[in-house]
Amino acid sequence: MSNAETAAPVRIFAGTDTMGWTHRIGTAARGVAATVVPPLAVLCLMALIWEIVGSQPGASLPAPSKVLKDTMELIVHPFYDNGGNDVGMAWQLLASLKRVALGYALAVVAGVSLGVLVGQSTWALRGLDPIFQVLRTVPPLAWLPISLAAFRDGNPSAIFVIFITAVWPIIINTSIGIRNIPEDYRNVSRVIRLNGFEYFAQIMLPAAAPYIFSGLRIGVGLSWLAIVAAEMLIGGVGIGFFIWDAWNSSRISDIILALVYVGVVGFILDRLVAWAGRRVTRGTSVA
Amino acid sequence: MNKAYLELSDIHMSFTRGGRTTQVLKGIDLKVRQGEFVALIGHSGCGKSTVLNIVAGLLKASSGGVIVDGREVNEPGPDRAMVFQNHSLLPWLTVYQNVEIAVNKIFRDRLKPAERKEWVLHNLEMVNMSHALERLPSEISGGMKQRVGIARALAMKPKVLLLDEPFGALDALTRAHLQDEVMRIQSELRNTVMMITHDVDEAVLLSDRIVMMTNGPSATIGEVLAVELPRPRDRIALADDARYNHYRHQVLQFLYEKQRKVETFGAGRSAPAMASRAA
Ligand SMILES: Nc1ncnc2c1ncn2[C@@H]1O[C@H](COP(=O)(O)OP(=O)(O)OP(=O)(O)O)[C@@H](O)[C@H]1O
Ligand SMILES: [Mg+2]
Repeated sequence: MSNAETAAPVRIFAGTDTMGWTHRIGTAARGVAATVVPPLAVLCLMALIWEIVGSQPGASLPAPSKVLKDTMELIVHPFYDNGGNDVGMAWQLLASLKRVALGYALAVVAGVSLGVLVGQSTWALRGLDPIFQVLRTVPPLAWLPISLAAFRDGNPSAIFVIFITAVWPIIINTSIGIRNIPEDYRNVSRVIRLNGFEYFAQIMLPAAAPYIFSGLRIGVGLSWLAIVAAEMLIGGVGIGFFIWDAWNSSRISDIILALVYVGVVGFILDRLVAWAGRRVTRGTSVA
Repeated sequence: MNKAYLELSDIHMSFTRGGRTTQVLKGIDLKVRQGEFVALIGHSGCGKSTVLNIVAGLLKASSGGVIVDGREVNEPGPDRAMVFQNHSLLPWLTVYQNVEIAVNKIFRDRLKPAERKEWVLHNLEMVNMSHALERLPSEISGGMKQRVGIARALAMKPKVLLLDEPFGALDALTRAHLQDEVMRIQSELRNTVMMITHDVDEAVLLSDRIVMMTNGPSATIGEVLAVELPRPRDRIALADDARYNHYRHQVLQFLYEKQRKVETFGAGRSAPAMASRAA
């Protein structure tokens, strides 16, 4: 820097920059390798064992190679549509996702609202909390017959099951988050005289956001768990009924492929909500 | 003494917890002139925060009243801005936004957006925080958080500025630095300030009067000491100043001879700042 040569600063700048980049790419590559290589290695090992066991004569489940061969058509044509239930895997998954999206969206709205109510008001807490604690232990599928009776149609019933499954953790986490808002934040809002809505939007929601998002994350996982089971019973297009249908027509390879897809989609959903949570609550969780 | 700008008259305060009522404050009377800097000192748990919270309107006194600029106050408001001991910044907002949220609310009708922005920046500039506008509270030091807290309070253009042990959680160097800064800002703005402190030097250095509280329960104002040192005050020059040491001595005498803390029950937290000074 002390050198007054005109070209020097440029060269130094360019030099540090490339060094920074190679360094950064190197670090990123190492990071990816550390997270991707171990599970991949374990996966290969498991597939190998499965291949050996599955290739024995008289094996009841197909080996991976056979699964791949049987389902190649489904894998390469995810978007085919022959009408009725005979559609590609992508459509099956999308149909399930649509139900989850609807039920989950309703659960988010209702769950956060009820959670705020229960978190804010001691009377709501005393009146509602015991009821919530009992209802949340009811298994998702137990709600299906009663919702079929109420809605007289499969689709809304499945959406209702998703809703009722996802709503409890959202309510409970939101109310805990609201109850844990530090008194100081309240005092700040009182000094600057925020009104009820401003307090809700500017203090309460962001302060409770880490809790709300942990509820949302549990909720989305449970939704995806419930949809497969619910769809098996209601029929129609959807990954759940696809699995059930495959079982009825002894297409074991199709079932295995569907399970892989279900797992991957569930994983992505979970990560999506976790990512959104990190974006929204930046800073809050640290404090 | 001329006209009082902030007046606390005959404030009594009792808390009821689990059916047991304890009187914390008994007959607090205090008049503060406009532009005066008053320090409130007393042993831990005697009720200093309670006094400040009553002035802020965050607590309601059992009896007695607070008058600010000729008007009785009953609820919190930006005319009595408070700096809390633990900064109480909103952790999801940046430094800039933490001040902005107050300015936008208070001056919504009085200032245009551009003027509000300028006012936020001006106040952050005043506490030397312009370099970290986009940082989150979790990304700045404790001293910086207190600066932002002070900027937020100043930005409300309060009639009375309330400071509850604003530097209590800071190390000695940072504390000295912030005290100098508060003195500088005070010489510019001439706010009416009420500050709680545990630190005898801080009280003598910063204030025009030191209000010394007796021990609780049923605490009240024991003595009031006028600190007539010329301003600007310089901490190094004052260290050898006879008057400074005289004031300091008087406060210490009040705290450790007249109001010696008797540890009968384990109530309240200890006061490390005072304990170390007593040695
Ligand atoms: N909400 C409350 N309910 C019951 N008692 C309270 C409440 N707030 C404060 N007290 C009691 O009132 C007394 C004074 O409390 P206060 O916080 O005002 O003391 P303080 O002088 O600020 O102490 P410190 O120097 O430790 O901050 C304490 O004994 C405390 O236990
Ligand atoms: Mg206190």
